[in-house]
Amino acid sequence: MASVVLSEAEKLYIVHGVQEDLRVDGRGCEDYRCAEVETDVVSNTSGSARVKLGETDILVGIKAEMGTPKLEKPDEGYLEFFVDCSSNSPELEGRGGEELGTDIANTLYRVFSCENCVDLKSLCINPKEHCWVLYVDVLLLECGGNIFDAISIAVKAALFNTRIPKVRVLEDEEGTKEIELSDDPYDCIRLSVDEVPCIVTLSKIGYRHVVDATLQEEACSLASLLISVTSKGAITSMKKVGKGSLDPESIFEMMETGQRVGKSLHVALQKILDEEESLGTSRPKVGFLG
Amino acid sequence: GRGEGLRSVRCVTAALCARYNGEIGDIVVGRITEVQQKRWKVETNSRLDSVLLLSSINLPGGELRRKSAEDELAMRDYLQEGDLISAEVQSIFSDGAVSLHTRSLKYGKLAQGVLVQVSPSLVKRQKTHFHDLPCGASVILGNNGFIWIYPTPEQKDDEAGGYTANLEPVPLSDREVISRLRNCIMALVTHKMMLFDTSILYCYEASLPHQIKDILKPEVTEEIVLEARQRLLDSEG
Repeated sequence: MASVVLSEAEKLYIVHGVQEDLRVDGRGCEDYRCAEVETDVVSNTSGSARVKLGETDILVGIKAEMGTPKLEKPDEGYLEFFVDCSSNSPELEGRGGEELGTDIANTLYRVFSCENCVDLKSLCINPKEHCWVLYVDVLLLECGGNIFDAISIAVKAALFNTRIPKVRVLEDEEGTKEIELSDDPYDCIRLSVDEVPCIVTLSKIGYRHVVDATLQEEACSLASLLISVTSKGAITSMKKVGKGSLDPESIFEMMETGQRVGKSLHVALQKILDEEESLGTSRPKVGFLG
Repeated sequence: GRGEGLRSVRCVTAALCARYNGEIGDIVVGRITEVQQKRWKVETNSRLDSVLLLSSINLPGGELRRKSAEDELAMRDYLQEGDLISAEVQSIFSDGAVSLHTRSLKYGKLAQGVLVQVSPSLVKRQKTHFHDLPCGASVILGNNGFIWIYPTPEQKDDEAGGYTANLEPVPLSDREVISRLRNCIMALVTHKMMLFDTSILYCYEASLPHQIKDILKPEVTEEIVLEARQRLLDSEG
């Protein structure tokens, strides 16, 4: 991951600031940076979203393709994640970002492995034979700290934006099945994103923990906890990253904070997505030049 | 009537995301990236790493003598990787790399504070780049676009030639001022305003009705910057 070098005095300044609940950019310990979310930014995907969280810049595209269901779940579709770290940091150049990419993808698999976070049954077309596979491609455009949260927000926004064409299965007298695609391009199914979890990263700095750490704050933190929270506040998965250790007591504190912060994050995100949706197709697109 | 067209030709001096081109006498803020034989490598946002020679620093305690082999061994005690320094450009090598010096008590290692990196072309060239702002904090506006915001030191004596960092916690009131200044500078930068003491101060004063963390919200930023810009125009007359 892109990292910054700080002098001891700078680190000390950040740590003392966190203890007094006033971070370098004036935020408290539980405040997020200003985030920008835009959906439907890439026209040749089923759904896409771009999220800017401070300096962090994430683009997610979702492509729906037809495939065969997995053997153990014949009546469900599935999601595939791929993360590309084409960040402009020299460490991630060439193959350098591969490890981080797989790491993030594996985390996303775990977060989305819980039952009913996405209605996979609705992705099934024809049990045992055909289903929709959602290829979720994450592109890390710029890394400014807290990439996991930004990616999960972007994935949720892109899933909200995803439109899968409706298909019908026709069966003729001989028993051969034919798949018919609807002629109307607006005739499509939408996914329910109410249960899609978001990741909240809590970084331990000094004796306290902060959400949405910047790169500088990440450099001061020895351990952080990734918690995926649904909009109802249920924790679906948890992961510790970083080389430091965490006290069991502080883990419970962090889980509580994560639940609280995660809930409000979901509310804010859903509000923005609904607002954007209500503007309809006439909405002026900002895209990458804005 | 044809000559009219010529007057509208504009001159674009510097691109906004440019690297820093050193000029002798510039004040820069840089970060040590490497300790080498008789020199430190310094990151100053220029095309090539800048160098700080062992012979162009003041020794701790302000001792004036030739640097010996012992000094060479103790280089990492003076400045180590990651440390921030303020320095002046002493000379420029033929390949464009910058050689720095810190032979004045003004310059040297920086202790607690906040670094903001902006485009070098947004820093206005002025007589002095060290400012003790009346709001209670100080800034160093490096010509290379590195801006250092720190609490104003109480007494200005040479404590060991500027190599001992004060590691006492900074009081909350100072932190608030520093964070507010940082966000104000970020606000000015997003609106491509030149940075100098007056513009920063006007922006700071315009931001006072708002909470520190709200300054970076786009609508608040715009309001503050507009107010600061208006005051700047008024003061210019």
